Amino acid sequence: MVMAGHELFHVLAVDDSLIDRKLIERLLKTSSYQVTTVDSGSKALEFLGWHEDHERLINPNETTSVSPNNHQEVEVNLVITDYCMPGMTGYDLLKKMKESSSLRNIPVVIMSSENVPSRINRCLEEGAEEFFLKPVRKSDVNKLSTHMMKSKSSKDKEEEEDDDDDIEKPEKQLQEKQEQDDQKEEEDETPQSQQQQQSSNNNNKRKSMDDGPSPDRTRPRYNGLSVMSN
Amino acid sequence: MEVNQMQRSFLEYANVLFREGFLDGQFSQLQMLADESNPDFVVEVVSLFFEDSQKLLNDLTTTLDQQNVNFKKIDAHIHQLKGSSSSIGAQRVKNACIAFRNFCDQQNVEGLSFGSSITFAFLFQLEQQIVAAGGAIPILSEFS
Repeated sequence: MVMAGHELFHVLAVDDSLIDRKLIERLLKTSSYQVTTVDSGSKALEFLGWHEDHERLINPNETTSVSPNNHQEVEVNLVITDYCMPGMTGYDLLKKMKESSSLRNIPVVIMSSENVPSRINRCLEEGAEEFFLKPVRKSDVNKLSTHMMKSKSSKDKEEEEDDDDDIEKPEKQLQEKQEQDDQKEEEDETPQSQQQQQSSNNNNKRKSMDDGPSPDRTRPRYNGLSVMSN
Repeated sequence: MEVNQMQRSFLEYANVLFREGFLDGQFSQLQMLADESNPDFVVEVVSLFFEDSQKLLNDLTTTLDQQNVNFKKIDAHIHQLKGSSSSIGAQRVKNACIAFRNFCDQQNVEGLSFGSSITFAFLFQLEQQIVAAGGAIPILSEFS
């Protein structure tokens, strides 16, 4: 699977208010995301391909790929949901997703018009990445890319990588990676930054390496010029 | 960046609306989103808002007229209206909602009735202002 650029991230927005759906859709689209909006938590789960009966049968190690029934029909990189909705609240939706082996890795962001600290904490504790107070602004939406990229790269880590040489990585992603590289020694929080280093053979500032080209840790690369050196 | 004539005059007038407290900063956010590739965005959302709000207030009035008033339902209506007016930046309408929501807790039917009239009035007023600015917004029908 080719690692998609920033533009192809797909966000599922859930809100019972039509106006708020329009707003969030516009906000997300101006950030170049693909957007799907639904008006309830149950429709969201439906879209995500969640089926109660099949949940226990799903192999937890299985990644989201082409397979029958139980997995997502369409890949969703982030779910942003309103808290106050009739029927299933945003919190309920969050909980259901975290309980699902196929959906738990999708980052979830909660929105609410009410600033209730206990509510916010509850959502964060349940695994929400962020909590936005409504009305949601562009500056809030700008925070979403980090969560999506983090989750996407950890998913790629699980899958076999074929080729990633000529992937067009958008500037921002490259920047972030460079920052991660720079802080590599101090911060150990993102295991996937290691993976990213290994997988890309350009631009990485490594601490005192002898040669330019990346050492062949994973597999040999024969790109014409470099030779496997000991 | 190209802005058509209608939008331009609307934008100019919006400044008046800001000054007079009809609209708040959230409305500017909407305008910024419109600049991108969707020139009619503001008009679309504002139209939706008026449609939606009118319906909400009508429902609210109906609920208030019942024998046994369902205060929970009313609270939900006000909450919704507060939310949507906040989302588009309709400041006076939003503040009116916040204010008269208290009557709900007190189960004060008269207060609620009064509050909804005022809110409706603000809504109507805002719409008139926008129409005056040249925005193509459908006129609110008579409010009760």
